[in-house]
Amino acid sequence: MSVSAISSSAPLLEVDNLKVEFDTRRGLVQGLRGVTLSIGRGETLGVVGESGSGKSVTAQAVMGLIDMPGRIASGDIRWKGRSLFGRDGERYAQDIRGKEVAMVFQDPMTSLNPVLKIGTQIGEVLERHLGMTRAQARNRAEELLAAVGISAPRRRLDQHPHEFSGGMRQRVMIAMAIACEPQLLIADEPTTALDVTIQAQILELLAQLQETLGLSVILITHDLGVVAGLCHRVAVMYAGQIIETGLAEDVFERPAHPYTQGLLRSTPRLDEVSDRLVSIEGTPPNLVVPPEGCSFQQRCPLSGEACRKAPRLEHIRPDAEAACWKPSVPAWATPLMSPSMPS
Amino acid sequence: MLNAVPAASPAPPLLSVQGLDVTYETGAQGFWGRPRAFKALEDISFDLRPGETLGLVGESGSGKTTTGRAVLRRIKASAGKIVFQGKDITNVSGEQLRKLRRNMQLVFQDPYASLNPRMRVIDIVAEPLLVHGLIRHVDEARDRITELLRVVGLPADAHDRFPHAFSGGQRQRIGIARALALQPEFIVADEPVSALDVSVRAQVVNLMQDLQKELGLSYLFIAHDLSVVRHISHRVAILYAGRMVEVAERDELYDHPIHPYTEALLSAVPVPDPRTQRQRKRIVYGGEIPDLVNPPPGCRFSTRCPLATAQCKQEAPKLTERSPGHLVACWNR
Ligand SMILES: Nc1ncnc2c1ncn2[C@@H]1O[C@H](COP(=O)(O)OP(=O)(O)OP(=O)(O)O)[C@@H](O)[C@H]1O
Ligand SMILES: Nc1ncnc2c1ncn2[C@@H]1O[C@H](COP(=O)(O)OP(=O)(O)OP(=O)(O)O)[C@@H](O)[C@H]1O
Ligand code: SF4
Ligand code: SF4
Ligand SMILES: [Mg+2]
Ligand SMILES: [Mg+2]
Repeated sequence: MSVSAISSSAPLLEVDNLKVEFDTRRGLVQGLRGVTLSIGRGETLGVVGESGSGKSVTAQAVMGLIDMPGRIASGDIRWKGRSLFGRDGERYAQDIRGKEVAMVFQDPMTSLNPVLKIGTQIGEVLERHLGMTRAQARNRAEELLAAVGISAPRRRLDQHPHEFSGGMRQRVMIAMAIACEPQLLIADEPTTALDVTIQAQILELLAQLQETLGLSVILITHDLGVVAGLCHRVAVMYAGQIIETGLAEDVFERPAHPYTQGLLRSTPRLDEVSDRLVSIEGTPPNLVVPPEGCSFQQRCPLSGEACRKAPRLEHIRPDAEAACWKPSVPAWATPLMSPSMPS
Repeated sequence: MLNAVPAASPAPPLLSVQGLDVTYETGAQGFWGRPRAFKALEDISFDLRPGETLGLVGESGSGKTTTGRAVLRRIKASAGKIVFQGKDITNVSGEQLRKLRRNMQLVFQDPYASLNPRMRVIDIVAEPLLVHGLIRHVDEARDRITELLRVVGLPADAHDRFPHAFSGGQRQRIGIARALALQPEFIVADEPVSALDVSVRAQVVNLMQDLQKELGLSYLFIAHDLSVVRHISHRVAILYAGRMVEVAERDELYDHPIHPYTEALLSAVPVPDPRTQRQRKRIVYGGEIPDLVNPPPGCRFSTRCPLATAQCKQEAPKLTERSPGHLVACWNR
């Protein structure tokens, strides 16, 4: 079956009830506990959540990077409707990873080879995946550096990573990721190590590439502001699960899950002055022995009897899903029906 | 209101930094090169009033940590003056310095690396008391430490446990308890919440504000997160490449920034609200932060500044007062 035969309205990537475990000295860590998400063509999905919630493991699973001591315990990942698991799937996965789906990591220094010139590193990708000659690859590498906004790209090809600043290295990583013209780019905290003015430059670049190349982007971050600026949809993770997802505007303005509400309220805003932050008491649960029922129970102001059973991600509005027995619209949210409320 | 009082109070400053320079040596450049010195800080001046929080903001390498360490007398000033409680402490040493240090403490960024994993919580918190000879054995301070742990919101049975048994936010509380053990008046908090998740970050910020109110502490709060700084600070100072470019009351700085760099910095911070964020105008200046070993002459922002004129490239602008308490270093603004 040819891949292009699949209807273009089908999601590009589907992750279906994915469970990932890590066999550690502390015990079996349930890194992902049933993650389901999908992303369509040209769409930008933001994945947010605190440290350890499973953002990176989700990306690693898609890229086939779950290694010992981790393993995929159950679930499925489909690319254009076809599974990446099973014997057939693995061959298929090899064909698409790095080409149709590419990834950018948080720390560019650990993913670039310090002793190789930048031009050589980008060239290798092009020669390997696209079968270009060395000369072709060099020309294309120069174009790619120009495309990610690096000035004097020809001269830069012959420099080593340490001669680049942090922001420029991240641009190089993005150039390498888009070298094979992927349809989906997964960026795992691409700006976390960067200063805010440099972060703004990189986000601008991602937005521009997304538009000109029609890229789909999964942007992993813990910065809600970054999501607000760039993403169509957002998925909020907590303790190895997605607990709320929907259109970005919707989730930010009418969060239904108590955790999302807490997260938004405890995030200080540059454009607002309040002399006291609202905090979520307590800390996330241990994933070796995750709590029975709702994983947010211990910290949730609304928790009750019903919450001892695990809630599933369910539609609360046509475009929004939440995993909570008592989804609510908080008092401070923008009312659904009002046309425009000054805030 | 928590954030209202000290700004207007006429009390003399607790700390006054005047024209501070700090010089570091770099390694040799090239085989024949000699080690070179460069100024990490140049002409830094600011006051901190009793009970006040001054937010110190700037991008990586701008000199925030260096400022904090110089003020605490952990590194040497190569020029300028540091006055604490009315006394010039720039060159004090020996017993005087030890006494001084009791009154100024540091809270670190990394709650994982800054606590010795082999020490119990009680030993960690009591360490400053032992070092300063205020107690001879940990047991003498047991009650005091129980009280400290309560104040910072740690469980009563935390005493005998080791750091690994605590979450990031709890470890930061241990670090704060240790800093408070000597009952200092002044705390330099160097990115105390940067390593923490948002939900926990709010807990620690609130704790620091509560402690300030209860104990009358003054903070030099170092951070690169401008949103957190807005919430905790009374006044805010902006560093760029080793120089202070702007300092003002908090709301004045956020609502009416004057320096072109401050303006760009504030515009680059994303706001967690899609409607607002998509409409915000980002001022993006190309270019990079200058190399401090070979800084540009004149204004250090001149390599990126759209307003730069010939004067900017020759002569460094000094901080001048534009409205009461609002100081800016720029020739053209
Ligand atoms: N190699 C590994 N070995 C053991 N446990 C792991 C490993 N990788 C991830 N985990 C566990 O899986 C869970 C999810 O981790 P993950 O890295 O996806 O979090 P994250 O959301 O990306 O967090 P962060 O914001 O800190 O990057 C965590 O509990 C983590 O400890
Ligand atoms: N011990 C040292 N020896 C030499 N140079 C140093 C030393 N410590 C800092 N520097 C340099 O001094 C400058 C200021 O560093 P500092 O650590 O004060 O910056 P910072 O604003 O705290 O940055 P960050 O946000 O990354 O913590 C940088 O160029 C740094 O490389
Ligand atoms: S299911 Fe219950 S405990 Fe969980 S978030 Fe909803 S109300 Fe809170
Ligand atoms: S002094 Fe000149 S170069 Fe510096 S910020 Fe002002 S206008 Fe720009
Ligand atoms: Mg991660
Ligand atoms: Mg620092």
